[in-house]
Amino acid sequence: MALSHLAASASRSSSLLKPLSSALSLRRPISGDNSPLTVETSVPFTSHQCEAPSRSVETNPKELLTFFRDMALMRRMEIAADSLYKAKLIRGFCHLYDGQEAVAVGMEAAITKKDCIITAYRDHCTFVSRGGTLLEVFAELMGRQAGCSKGKGGSMHFYKKDSNFYGGHGIVGAQVPLGCGLAFAQKYSKDETVTFALYGDGAANQGQLFEALNISALWDLPAILVCENNHYGMGTAEWRAAKSPAYYKRGDYVPGLKVRISWFVETMVLLSCNLLVLELCETVDVVVLL
Amino acid sequence: QLLTPFQYLLSGIYLTRYILYSRHELLLFEALQEGLEEEMERDLRVCVMGEDVGHYGGSYKVTKGLAKKFGDLRVLDTPIAENSFTGMGIGAAMTGLRPVVEGMNMGFLLLAFNQISNNCGMLHYTSGGQFTIPIVIRGPGGVGRQLGAEHSQRLESYFQSIPGIQMVACSTPYNAKGLMKAAIRSENPVILFEHVLLYNLKERIPDEDYICNLEEAEMVRPGEHVTILTYSRMRYHVMQAAKTLVNKGYDPEVIDIRSLKPFDLYTIGNSVKKTHRVLIVEECMRTGGIGASLIAAITKNFNDYLDAPIMCLSSQDVPTPYAGTLEEVTVVQPAQIVTAVEQLCQ
Repeated sequence: MALSHLAASASRSSSLLKPLSSALSLRRPISGDNSPLTVETSVPFTSHQCEAPSRSVETNPKELLTFFRDMALMRRMEIAADSLYKAKLIRGFCHLYDGQEAVAVGMEAAITKKDCIITAYRDHCTFVSRGGTLLEVFAELMGRQAGCSKGKGGSMHFYKKDSNFYGGHGIVGAQVPLGCGLAFAQKYSKDETVTFALYGDGAANQGQLFEALNISALWDLPAILVCENNHYGMGTAEWRAAKSPAYYKRGDYVPGLKVRISWFVETMVLLSCNLLVLELCETVDVVVLL
Repeated sequence: QLLTPFQYLLSGIYLTRYILYSRHELLLFEALQEGLEEEMERDLRVCVMGEDVGHYGGSYKVTKGLAKKFGDLRVLDTPIAENSFTGMGIGAAMTGLRPVVEGMNMGFLLLAFNQISNNCGMLHYTSGGQFTIPIVIRGPGGVGRQLGAEHSQRLESYFQSIPGIQMVACSTPYNAKGLMKAAIRSENPVILFEHVLLYNLKERIPDEDYICNLEEAEMVRPGEHVTILTYSRMRYHVMQAAKTLVNKGYDPEVIDIRSLKPFDLYTIGNSVKKTHRVLIVEECMRTGGIGASLIAAITKNFNDYLDAPIMCLSSQDVPTPYAGTLEEVTVVQPAQIVTAVEQLCQ
């Protein structure tokens, strides 16, 4: 019911899709309708050592259509990258984010460019959500100078310093201590900003993650560790790699939140829990998300 | 009683010398601490991370008193988790902080090898120049007094291939303080190798602010017959051997290379052009050590100037034994250096 209400309100909005030539700038909303809208998420949250956020999320059609446009753009981009990879125009590794776009978009919706994001090698869409252009993405993937790392990094090394996107890391799990270091720098400079350190379910079994978690909790760092669980670590299924798939509980003394995704509403879900998480950060300082 | 004009002049000269060249005496670990303290006062972005560096004062007293002076946010006691705290130092450096990460023993940094190689060394390149990593990674290494195989490692040979990092080795209080300060001020990641047995060396160092060039070698003793290249603790074995050699009529030129990556081929080259014979004395293993790379570099650049093949004395390719007598044999001793020079100069 919530979904049909949403679809109806979208069709009621007047402006049409802008032509694809404006795809390079991601921040132009297509609906001008600012009227508030409440969406109820279909799946409840599970929480560990904290209170789950409420299931109703405040938004408006303009925002929703922005999310949709961004996610659709990312999906098309990843499919195009897939075709290029198969045509051998992109060499080496090409890790695609189609299906997970909502995580990037939902996260971005709750924070500013002053907050830091660091992720592993599945970084194309996170780079775009941080303000990267499609030209920079494809140029980097194909090894050209116009790429975000001047063609020297490749698929796994996208960075955008001016919007605090710290990459882009090839070795599984190595970005988590780096992310906690970013959070440390934020605390040191008294920035009042947070760091999101993303990792996958494969990296959740890395020792350095627990080491970094321990230090972050000990020093009260504003670090949020986000586990994007796509149920596969490299080629091995989750149930064969992890004794306990409850990654949100692995923080033990650290609050955790489990968020179930179903494409259309996941951004809502993430928006709400991110806002909760940011609130928590004032007091608690480290959260583990799923 | 008035002084004669001559006495006025003399006292004036002594006073000027006292002011210009005033020095104070200290031990090497105190020199490192002084350098670190001065840089922390000068730049608020400098912070120290490591095991026991804070309240304990550092396992070799290099960070003694700093936690009390600068607080817990600038001198951080970490848990025993080298991989993650080195990674955190690198992450903090990406945002502009200037951390000094201490490995309690350089050998423990093997656990952080991934962070040092991939993130510390390569991020500047893979980000297309967006990030610099102004981190300093330092700690004691080398063969000590019966510390056992795992605590007597020479990591300079393992790290030397990592693209993007700089490596320096200090050997005297003067260059320890100078290199520490230069390393902290550098925008590049620098690994500063100290030696467990050199922390109690005493020397008079200048009172004024000074730094040592990170890429420069130090001329310890100029000479004519043979160039002896060395670094860290082996410098002292070489100087001991030099005394014997001088008595035997040889005139060795001793250079402390200090900069392990990149090599100061300018100073080394000038010396090779003068003496035409090279002996390298190092504490690294024979296989894949600093000496091996140095031989390759000198042969490639100065082959025409050599009158004899380069000789290299290194430690044996074995885990360092615990027994004192065995440990002595695995490391290069002054007697071996004397024999090698005699052989080289035939």
